[in-house]
Amino acid sequence: MQVSQELFRGAAPGIGLSEVAVSTKHKLSHLKVLEAESIYILREAVAEFARPVMLYSIGKDSSVMLRLAQKAFYPGKIPFPLLHVDTSYKFPEMIEFRDQYTKEIGAELIVHQNHEALAAGANPFALGTQKCCGQLKTKSLLDALGEGGFDAAFGGARRDEEKSRAKERIYSFRDAQGQWDPKNQRPELWNIFNSRIDKGESIRIFPLSNWTELDVWLYIHTENIPIVPLYFAKEREVVVRGGSIVVITSPNQLLPGEKTQRMSCRMRSLGCMPCTGAIRSYACTVPEIIEEMISFRRSERENRAIDHDEEGSMEMKKREGYF
Amino acid sequence: MAHAASAVESGAFELFLKQNLSKDLLRFTTAGSVDDGKSTLIGRLLHDSKAVYEDQLASIKKSRINRSTGPVDFSLLTDGLRAEREQGITIDVGYRYFATAKRKFIIADTPGHEQYTRNMATGASTADLAVILVDGTKGLLPQTLRHAYISSLLGIPSILAAINKMDLVDYSKERFLELEEEFFSLAEQLGIGNVQCIPVSALAGDNIIERSERTPWYSGPSLLEHLEAVPHAAAPRTKSFRFPVQYVVRPDANFRGFAGQVASGVVRLGDVVTALPSGRQSRIQSIVTYDGQLAEAFAPMSVTLQLEDEIDLSRGDMLVQQDSLPHVAKRCEATVVWMHAQPLSAGQNYLIKQTSRQVRGKITKIIHRVDIKSLEPEPAEQLQMNDIATVELETSRPLFFDAYRQNRTTGSFIIIDPLTNATLGAGMIQAPLPRSADRRSADPLPPVQSPESPVANIERYQRHGHYPAIYSTSQPALAKRLERQIFEEGFEAIVVDASQVSLLSARDSWAILYTAGFVVIYANPSLEPEERVELETVAGGRYFDLDTLNLSAEDADAARQVLLLAESLWTANERQEY
Repeated sequence: MQVSQELFRGAAPGIGLSEVAVSTKHKLSHLKVLEAESIYILREAVAEFARPVMLYSIGKDSSVMLRLAQKAFYPGKIPFPLLHVDTSYKFPEMIEFRDQYTKEIGAELIVHQNHEALAAGANPFALGTQKCCGQLKTKSLLDALGEGGFDAAFGGARRDEEKSRAKERIYSFRDAQGQWDPKNQRPELWNIFNSRIDKGESIRIFPLSNWTELDVWLYIHTENIPIVPLYFAKEREVVVRGGSIVVITSPNQLLPGEKTQRMSCRMRSLGCMPCTGAIRSYACTVPEIIEEMISFRRSERENRAIDHDEEGSMEMKKREGYF
Repeated sequence: MAHAASAVESGAFELFLKQNLSKDLLRFTTAGSVDDGKSTLIGRLLHDSKAVYEDQLASIKKSRINRSTGPVDFSLLTDGLRAEREQGITIDVGYRYFATAKRKFIIADTPGHEQYTRNMATGASTADLAVILVDGTKGLLPQTLRHAYISSLLGIPSILAAINKMDLVDYSKERFLELEEEFFSLAEQLGIGNVQCIPVSALAGDNIIERSERTPWYSGPSLLEHLEAVPHAAAPRTKSFRFPVQYVVRPDANFRGFAGQVASGVVRLGDVVTALPSGRQSRIQSIVTYDGQLAEAFAPMSVTLQLEDEIDLSRGDMLVQQDSLPHVAKRCEATVVWMHAQPLSAGQNYLIKQTSRQVRGKITKIIHRVDIKSLEPEPAEQLQMNDIATVELETSRPLFFDAYRQNRTTGSFIIIDPLTNATLGAGMIQAPLPRSADRRSADPLPPVQSPESPVANIERYQRHGHYPAIYSTSQPALAKRLERQIFEEGFEAIVVDASQVSLLSARDSWAILYTAGFVVIYANPSLEPEERVELETVAGGRYFDLDTLNLSAEDADAARQVLLLAESLWTANERQEY
């Protein structure tokens, strides 16, 4: 072992120890490194694409991404619009938060709904979650991107969320149909991104790729970022449906025979009301949420029906154009 | 509106927070194949460091496929694509995350089988450390050599060799020492300085998190201990300040800032910086962030810089330390990893993207390809997917770069197909090349003042009362006339006549006089395109080709026309001019 200890003390090839030592003073915490990387990604995209847009889902990741965008272009305003794909099944608190917060920071907001499908009565009970998502989220998103002529769209997805996301590039190329081809991704080295596309094609850009759920919460805490109150525990009217806790905001959400009960709970991730389960919790502040999270042993997307329809379902949805 | 801050009463959370906010980030890559137990090793790290949540584990247990011999197939945690799970191979680079009390880790998990070179290079490009799996029952294989070579090629400063499957060799000390010695000699061949060998069993968990009692003869760290302690040395080795401009922030007429990420070095308020390609200098007036102004910024911070002078600067340009310039050249020698089915051929037109700069370029020559099995150089006409080669690169406009060994950010580029938009390959710049083989100078920048010069360029300009400039013309008579006229306008003007100079070359003459702050009128009836490029490189926006004007020596107001070409040469007037 003597040899290896010797080598361990040595520096990398071609440099003296003193040069390595110099850099130790100027060190950033992992959160600051992530922040700098995300800001770099946002700026690259804005510099290189004609018409970028940010997918704004109102969730905690979107809130972080929005703050990073404010930072990236400060003292200028965010130089692109926000797009919310509204399925009409979002929690009222989300919509209220969305309208108030985007106004407060002076961001341009585009809200898009698939009116055709909604008029035809699209809902997760009649269609099943897969078809409903396909109509109200994926198709709606693709239509909105097409109508706006957007050639790049920022999304708040993280690679630690789901297995297929772990394989996705920061710049994720989509063909003219908005589809992802996981077996034919562009190599992505260093921090050099290939932004070249032909007309009709687009790039989905994920500035938070390297963040984890804990990073997001730590950042929300240290940066004092406003989030939707649904993330905080409170006594809420719920029903327990198929093993998940469903928050009920109006009586017509009840299925025949269901009865509500009151429970202290909160949302761990925000989606559509019928398909996003709550968790039992007493965490009323961000530190309490973080505390709960680290003692917590279940991953955050578990309560999202869409990922669990079949093995590899997120990959399937992404191939079709889902974020 | 719910606001996020409300500290928990007890100090425990504050402590936890403090600990979490002082963590640093280590990115490492893992190389090896399923057979080496790589996925098992990662799964073990994630699992044992409590990153695997119960429900994820439950869904794996439910899965139809189990290609491990144990009860839980950890590789299914990392192989995220359907085709990967079905074929039992890792197709693409996958990223995984875990943290300990000391560090946050990002693993770039790269496949050992298909397209190993392309994917390994991708994973290695951002890594601080490489974990290379060695199967203790098989010893060092050709792929171990490949992995170590690619790691060193991509500039990873530290390698951890996990000598795996120690359980299958009875935790033999002799076997470990034998493989350790072999690995050290391999690392020495490749010039990799920081190497640690650790005997492990990924399956049984020996020496992964904690030191194992089954290897009492081993006194080194466990794998995780080493990951937590290894110096964070992938930061740029150069201390020189480099700031590629990404974006100009200009919300209104009163603010103009240059947004970018510090690629290396430190910049402080008041520092003199040089803008490339113009070569003009200014001082840092402010370092702007959303969170307030800073006194200094260092790599890898993303900031916005404001300069004291309104100099011309946009995306693709670079702000650098005035006394330590990068290479500015259109030709360089580079190592290229080819990543596309369409082969590389010399002479073809590509797009080269380097920092925030995108230019046209071509590989003018494949110097040699590296035989990935023997690591010996061999001649090659073309490069196929996964080939590695040393090449000569020529670009339409100069690149500002450092050798990749010194600076990963300014020394790297990607090659894009201008027709299909595909990313074809990646390159690491080794050194600039002379602009053509018969020239002696390897550096197109003139012998500017030495870095130790006690007189700054700006001081010279202030004394002259004007900035320098270079005018080239094919008419020596016009040059003579201009020298007098421009001198009479109050400038230090001088002619360099290519046919008259003898002691120094014409190039040296104009370069030195320009550096000294003169307005140089360069008369050369047969100016080569290459020298014109050099003039542009050196003088940037202060180089003017008079042959583009219809001027003759008889023109009475030739000097006025010429001086109008520059926005202003006068130092005092400059700020009002813009």
